[in-house]
Amino acid sequence: MKYIKFFLVGILFGIVMTKAEIISWYRIYEMFKFQSFHMYGIIGSAIILGMISMFLFRKKMVRTFEGNDINVTPKKKGLYRNLLGGILFGLGWALAGACPGPMFVLIGKGVVSILVVIFGATLGAFLYGLFKEKIPH
Amino acid sequence: MEFITQPWPWYIAGPVISIVMFLLFYFGKRFGVSSNLETLCSIGGAGKFIDYFKIDWKQNSWNLIFIAGSITGGFIASQWLSTSDVVALNPQTVKDLAAIGIANAGSSYLPDEIFSIDTMLTIKGFFTLIIAGIMVGFGSRWAGGCTSGHAIVGLSNLELPSLISVIGFFIGGLTMTWFILPLIF
Repeated sequence: MKYIKFFLVGILFGIVMTKAEIISWYRIYEMFKFQSFHMYGIIGSAIILGMISMFLFRKKMVRTFEGNDINVTPKKKGLYRNLLGGILFGLGWALAGACPGPMFVLIGKGVVSILVVIFGATLGAFLYGLFKEKIPH
Repeated sequence: MEFITQPWPWYIAGPVISIVMFLLFYFGKRFGVSSNLETLCSIGGAGKFIDYFKIDWKQNSWNLIFIAGSITGGFIASQWLSTSDVVALNPQTVKDLAAIGIANAGSSYLPDEIFSIDTMLTIKGFFTLIIAGIMVGFGSRWAGGCTSGHAIVGLSNLELPSLISVIGFFIGGLTMTWFILPLIF
Protein backbone atom coordinates (compact mmCIF):
# COMPACT_ATOMS: atom_id res chain seq x y z
CA MET A 1 0.00 0.00 0.00
CA LYS A 2 2.92 2.34 0.61
CA TYR A 3 3.48 2.40 -3.17
CA ILE A 4 0.00 3.56 -4.17
CA LYS A 5 0.96 7.22 -3.78
CA PHE A 6 3.69 6.85 -6.40
CA PHE A 7 1.18 5.21 -8.72
CA LEU A 8 -1.22 8.12 -8.26
CA VAL A 9 1.48 10.76 -8.83
CA GLY A 10 2.47 8.79 -11.93
CA ILE A 11 -1.11 8.94 -13.20
CA LEU A 12 -1.09 12.72 -12.78
CA PHE A 13 2.23 12.88 -14.65
CA GLY A 14 0.91 10.68 -17.48
CA ILE A 15 -2.23 12.77 -17.83
CA VAL A 16 -0.41 16.11 -17.97
CA MET A 17 2.17 14.75 -20.43
CA THR A 18 -0.67 13.63 -22.71
CA LYS A 19 -3.05 16.55 -22.29
CA ALA A 20 -0.37 19.21 -22.82
CA GLU A 21 0.84 17.32 -25.92
CA ILE A 22 4.34 16.96 -24.43
CA ILE A 23 4.35 13.37 -25.72
CA SER A 24 3.82 14.65 -29.27
CA TRP A 25 6.87 14.27 -31.52
CA TYR A 26 5.75 17.44 -33.30
CA ARG A 27 5.90 19.57 -30.14
CA ILE A 28 9.56 18.65 -29.66
CA TYR A 29 10.35 19.43 -33.31
CA GLU A 30 8.53 22.75 -33.01
CA MET A 31 10.48 23.57 -29.84
CA PHE A 32 13.85 22.95 -31.49
CA LYS A 33 12.70 25.07 -34.45
CA PHE A 34 11.83 27.91 -32.00
CA GLN A 35 8.38 28.07 -33.61
CA SER A 36 6.30 27.85 -30.45
CA PHE A 37 6.45 29.06 -26.89
CA HIS A 38 4.49 26.04 -25.63
CA MET A 39 7.36 23.78 -24.48
CA TYR A 40 9.47 26.69 -23.21
CA GLY A 41 6.50 27.91 -21.18
CA ILE A 42 6.00 24.44 -19.68
CA ILE A 43 9.64 23.81 -18.77
CA GLY A 44 10.22 27.42 -17.71
CA SER A 45 7.20 27.64 -15.41
CA ALA A 46 7.95 24.21 -13.93
CA ILE A 47 11.48 25.40 -13.10
CA ILE A 48 10.40 28.74 -11.62
CA LEU A 49 7.87 27.04 -9.35
CA GLY A 50 10.47 24.34 -8.68
CA MET A 51 12.83 27.00 -7.36
CA ILE A 52 10.20 27.93 -4.80
CA SER A 53 9.88 24.28 -3.78
CA MET A 54 13.67 24.03 -3.41
CA PHE A 55 13.69 27.17 -1.27
CA LEU A 56 11.02 25.69 1.00
CA PHE A 57 12.99 22.43 1.28
CA ARG A 58 16.28 24.21 2.01
CA LYS A 59 14.72 26.42 4.68
CA LYS A 60 13.09 23.31 6.17
CA MET A 61 9.68 24.92 5.83
CA VAL A 62 8.57 21.75 4.05
CA ARG A 63 9.62 18.28 5.20
CA THR A 64 8.70 14.84 3.96
CA PHE A 65 5.39 13.38 5.07
CA GLU A 66 7.40 11.40 7.61
CA GLY A 67 8.93 14.57 9.01
CA ASN A 68 12.43 14.15 7.57
CA ASP A 69 14.45 16.97 6.04
CA ILE A 70 14.40 17.10 2.26
CA ASN A 71 17.96 17.16 0.95
CA VAL A 72 18.34 17.33 -2.80
CA THR A 73 21.46 15.36 -3.70
CA PRO A 74 23.48 17.43 -6.20
CA LYS A 75 24.16 16.05 -9.66
CA LYS A 76 27.66 14.77 -10.41
CA LYS A 77 30.15 17.35 -11.64
CA GLY A 78 32.19 16.82 -14.78
CA LEU A 79 32.27 18.77 -18.02
CA TYR A 80 32.60 15.78 -20.37
CA ARG A 81 29.93 13.74 -18.64
CA ASN A 82 27.37 16.50 -18.64
CA LEU A 83 28.15 18.09 -22.00
CA LEU A 84 28.83 15.00 -24.13
CA GLY A 85 26.14 12.93 -22.43
CA GLY A 86 23.79 15.87 -22.83
CA ILE A 87 24.55 16.24 -26.56
CA LEU A 88 23.99 12.53 -27.19
CA PHE A 89 20.75 12.68 -25.24
CA GLY A 90 19.63 15.75 -27.21
CA LEU A 91 20.26 14.00 -30.55
CA GLY A 92 18.07 11.12 -29.43
CA TRP A 93 15.43 13.39 -27.89
CA ALA A 94 14.92 15.30 -31.14
CA LEU A 95 14.89 12.12 -33.26
CA ALA A 96 12.53 10.11 -31.03
CA GLY A 97 10.57 13.25 -30.15
CA ALA A 98 10.36 11.85 -26.66
CA CYS A 99 12.51 11.81 -23.55
CA PRO A 100 12.23 8.89 -21.10
CA GLY A 101 9.03 10.06 -19.33
CA PRO A 102 6.94 10.58 -22.48
CA MET A 103 8.24 7.28 -23.92
CA PHE A 104 6.46 5.38 -21.18
CA VAL A 105 3.35 7.56 -21.37
CA LEU A 106 3.10 6.75 -25.10
CA ILE A 107 2.66 3.06 -24.22
CA GLY A 108 -0.54 4.10 -22.47
CA LYS A 109 -1.61 5.88 -25.63
CA GLY A 110 -1.28 2.56 -27.43
CA VAL A 111 1.76 3.37 -29.58
CA VAL A 112 3.32 -0.04 -30.30
CA SER A 113 6.46 1.24 -32.02
CA ILE A 114 7.52 3.20 -28.92
CA LEU A 115 8.40 -0.19 -27.38
CA VAL A 116 11.29 -0.36 -29.87
CA VAL A 117 12.49 3.05 -28.68
CA ILE A 118 12.22 1.98 -25.02
CA PHE A 119 14.11 -1.23 -25.79
CA GLY A 120 16.78 0.95 -27.45
CA ALA A 121 16.91 3.27 -24.44
CA THR A 122 17.36 0.33 -22.07
CA LEU A 123 20.05 -1.06 -24.36
CA GLY A 124 21.66 2.40 -24.36
CA ALA A 125 21.75 2.44 -20.55
CA PHE A 126 23.29 -1.06 -20.65
CA LEU A 127 25.93 0.06 -23.16
CA TYR A 128 26.75 3.02 -20.92
CA GLY A 129 27.39 0.60 -18.05
CA LEU A 130 29.56 -1.48 -20.39
CA PHE A 131 31.73 1.39 -21.65
CA LYS A 132 31.59 3.58 -18.57
CA GLU A 133 35.29 3.18 -17.73
CA LYS A 134 36.37 3.92 -21.31
CA ILE A 135 34.63 7.25 -21.89
CA PRO A 136 35.51 10.63 -20.43
CA HIS A 137 33.62 12.01 -17.47
CA MET B 1 -15.37 19.14 -18.53
CA GLU B 2 -14.63 20.91 -21.78
CA PHE B 3 -11.68 22.57 -20.10
CA ILE B 4 -10.26 19.12 -19.32
CA THR B 5 -10.82 17.58 -22.75
CA GLN B 6 -9.18 20.45 -24.64
CA PRO B 7 -5.38 20.49 -24.94
CA TRP B 8 -3.91 21.95 -21.76
CA PRO B 9 -2.01 25.24 -22.08
CA TRP B 10 1.58 25.61 -20.88
CA TYR B 11 0.58 27.60 -17.79
CA ILE B 12 -1.39 24.62 -16.51
CA ALA B 13 1.09 21.94 -17.56
CA GLY B 14 4.24 23.57 -16.13
CA PRO B 15 2.77 24.02 -12.62
CA VAL B 16 1.32 20.47 -12.65
CA ILE B 17 4.77 19.05 -13.49
CA SER B 18 6.21 21.13 -10.67
CA ILE B 19 3.58 19.65 -8.33
CA VAL B 20 4.63 16.14 -9.45
CA MET B 21 8.22 16.99 -8.53
CA PHE B 22 7.16 18.49 -5.21
CA LEU B 23 5.08 15.43 -4.30
CA LEU B 24 7.92 13.00 -5.06
CA PHE B 25 10.24 14.96 -2.76
CA TYR B 26 7.48 15.18 -0.16
CA PHE B 27 7.23 11.38 -0.30
CA GLY B 28 10.97 11.16 0.33
CA LYS B 29 12.08 10.39 -3.25
CA ARG B 30 13.13 12.44 -6.25
CA PHE B 31 11.88 13.15 -9.76
CA GLY B 32 13.99 11.40 -12.40
CA VAL B 33 12.72 9.04 -15.06
CA SER B 34 15.88 7.88 -16.85
CA SER B 35 17.28 6.06 -13.80
CA ASN B 36 14.51 3.52 -14.42
CA LEU B 37 16.41 2.43 -17.53
CA GLU B 38 19.28 1.27 -15.29
CA THR B 39 16.82 -0.43 -12.98
CA LEU B 40 15.40 -2.30 -15.98
CA CYS B 41 18.94 -3.44 -16.86
CA SER B 42 19.46 -4.68 -13.31
CA ILE B 43 16.17 -6.57 -13.32
CA GLY B 44 17.14 -8.07 -16.67
CA GLY B 45 20.26 -9.52 -15.07
CA ALA B 46 22.89 -7.05 -16.33
CA GLY B 47 24.55 -7.24 -12.90
CA LYS B 48 25.83 -10.69 -13.83
CA PHE B 49 28.14 -9.13 -16.43
CA ILE B 50 28.71 -5.61 -15.17
CA ASP B 51 29.18 -4.56 -11.55
CA TYR B 52 27.60 -1.18 -12.32
CA PHE B 53 24.21 -2.88 -12.50
CA LYS B 54 24.70 -4.94 -9.33
CA ILE B 55 22.29 -2.95 -7.26
CA ASP B 56 19.41 -3.82 -5.04
CA TRP B 57 16.84 -2.69 -7.59
CA LYS B 58 13.99 -3.18 -5.14
CA GLN B 59 14.89 0.15 -3.55
CA ASN B 60 14.01 1.75 -6.90
CA SER B 61 10.71 -0.06 -7.26
CA TRP B 62 8.80 3.09 -6.22
CA ASN B 63 10.05 4.67 -9.47
CA LEU B 64 8.85 1.72 -11.55
CA ILE B 65 5.47 2.10 -9.85
CA PHE B 66 5.58 5.79 -10.84
CA ILE B 67 6.20 4.68 -14.44
CA ALA B 68 3.31 2.23 -14.25
CA GLY B 69 1.16 5.15 -13.11
CA SER B 70 2.43 7.27 -16.02
CA ILE B 71 1.44 4.60 -18.51
CA THR B 72 -1.97 4.39 -16.86
CA GLY B 73 -2.27 8.18 -16.92
CA GLY B 74 -1.45 8.20 -20.63
CA PHE B 75 -4.17 5.61 -21.17
CA ILE B 76 -6.76 7.51 -19.11
CA ALA B 77 -6.00 10.82 -20.82
CA SER B 78 -6.15 9.45 -24.34
CA GLN B 79 -9.18 7.22 -23.78
CA TRP B 80 -11.44 9.41 -21.70
CA LEU B 81 -10.07 12.94 -21.40
CA SER B 82 -9.51 13.81 -25.04
CA THR B 83 -11.88 14.51 -27.89
CA SER B 84 -9.27 15.04 -30.60
CA ASP B 85 -5.71 14.02 -31.39
CA VAL B 86 -5.00 17.09 -33.52
CA VAL B 87 -1.98 19.12 -32.41
CA ALA B 88 -2.35 22.81 -33.24
CA LEU B 89 1.15 23.44 -34.55
CA ASN B 90 2.60 26.65 -35.90
CA PRO B 91 1.66 26.63 -39.64
CA GLN B 92 5.31 27.26 -40.42
CA THR B 93 6.23 24.03 -38.59
CA VAL B 94 3.76 22.12 -40.75
CA LYS B 95 5.30 23.64 -43.90
CA ASP B 96 8.85 22.92 -42.73
CA LEU B 97 7.97 19.30 -42.02
CA ALA B 98 6.26 18.86 -45.39
CA ALA B 99 9.48 20.14 -46.99
CA ILE B 100 11.58 17.44 -45.31
CA GLY B 101 9.12 14.64 -46.11
CA ILE B 102 6.76 14.49 -43.14
CA ALA B 103 3.21 15.01 -44.37
CA ASN B 104 0.06 15.98 -42.42
CA ALA B 105 2.02 17.27 -39.42
CA GLY B 106 -0.21 17.75 -36.41
CA SER B 107 -3.09 15.56 -37.64
CA SER B 108 -2.20 13.23 -34.77
CA TYR B 109 0.41 13.17 -31.96
CA LEU B 110 3.08 11.29 -33.91
CA PRO B 111 4.27 11.18 -37.54
CA ASP B 112 3.50 7.92 -39.37
CA GLU B 113 6.82 8.38 -41.16
CA ILE B 114 8.54 7.36 -37.90
CA PHE B 115 5.99 5.57 -35.71
CA SER B 116 3.52 3.66 -37.88
CA ILE B 117 3.67 -0.13 -37.67
CA ASP B 118 4.52 -0.25 -41.39
CA THR B 119 7.51 2.04 -40.85
CA MET B 120 8.61 0.07 -37.79
CA LEU B 121 8.71 -3.10 -39.88
CA THR B 122 11.15 -1.63 -42.41
CA ILE B 123 14.87 -1.94 -41.73
CA LYS B 124 15.43 1.81 -41.89
CA GLY B 125 12.40 2.53 -39.72
CA PHE B 126 13.35 -0.04 -37.11
CA PHE B 127 16.91 1.24 -36.84
CA THR B 128 15.73 4.85 -36.65
CA LEU B 129 13.62 3.96 -33.61
CA ILE B 130 16.24 1.84 -31.90
CA ILE B 131 19.12 4.26 -32.52
CA ALA B 132 17.04 7.16 -31.19
CA GLY B 133 16.42 5.07 -28.07
CA ILE B 134 20.07 4.12 -27.66
CA MET B 135 21.12 7.77 -27.83
CA VAL B 136 18.51 8.76 -25.25
CA GLY B 137 19.45 5.90 -22.91
CA PHE B 138 23.22 6.15 -23.23
CA GLY B 139 23.20 9.95 -23.19
CA SER B 140 20.95 10.32 -20.17
CA ARG B 141 22.95 7.88 -18.06
CA TRP B 142 26.24 9.46 -19.14
CA ALA B 143 24.93 12.90 -18.23
CA GLY B 144 23.32 11.48 -15.07
CA GLY B 145 19.80 12.65 -15.85
CA CYS B 146 17.25 13.58 -18.48
CA THR B 147 14.66 16.30 -18.84
CA SER B 148 13.14 15.52 -15.44
CA GLY B 149 16.29 15.06 -13.36
CA HIS B 150 18.46 17.72 -15.00
CA ALA B 151 16.19 20.28 -16.67
CA ILE B 152 13.43 20.40 -14.05
CA VAL B 153 15.03 19.31 -10.75
CA GLY B 154 18.63 20.34 -11.46
CA LEU B 155 17.85 23.78 -12.85
CA SER B 156 15.31 24.41 -10.07
CA ASN B 157 18.13 23.66 -7.65
CA LEU B 158 20.51 26.00 -9.56
CA GLU B 159 23.06 23.29 -10.27
CA LEU B 160 25.86 23.95 -12.74
CA PRO B 161 26.12 20.30 -13.95
CA SER B 162 22.45 20.47 -14.92
CA LEU B 163 22.92 23.76 -16.78
CA ILE B 164 25.80 22.20 -18.75
CA SER B 165 23.66 19.13 -19.47
CA VAL B 166 20.70 21.19 -20.65
CA ILE B 167 23.01 23.21 -22.93
CA GLY B 168 24.15 19.82 -24.26
CA PHE B 169 20.51 18.72 -24.74
CA PHE B 170 20.01 21.77 -26.94
CA ILE B 171 23.24 21.40 -28.91
CA GLY B 172 22.21 17.82 -29.69
CA GLY B 173 18.54 18.61 -30.29
CA LEU B 174 19.22 21.58 -32.56
CA THR B 175 21.78 19.58 -34.56
CA MET B 176 19.31 16.75 -35.07
CA THR B 177 16.35 18.99 -35.92
CA TRP B 178 18.12 21.45 -38.23
CA PHE B 179 20.82 19.32 -39.88
CA ILE B 180 20.18 15.58 -39.53
CA LEU B 181 16.37 15.14 -39.73
CA PRO B 182 16.24 16.74 -43.23
CA LEU B 183 18.59 13.99 -44.43
CA ILE B 184 16.61 11.06 -43.00
CA PHE B 185 13.21 11.15 -44.76
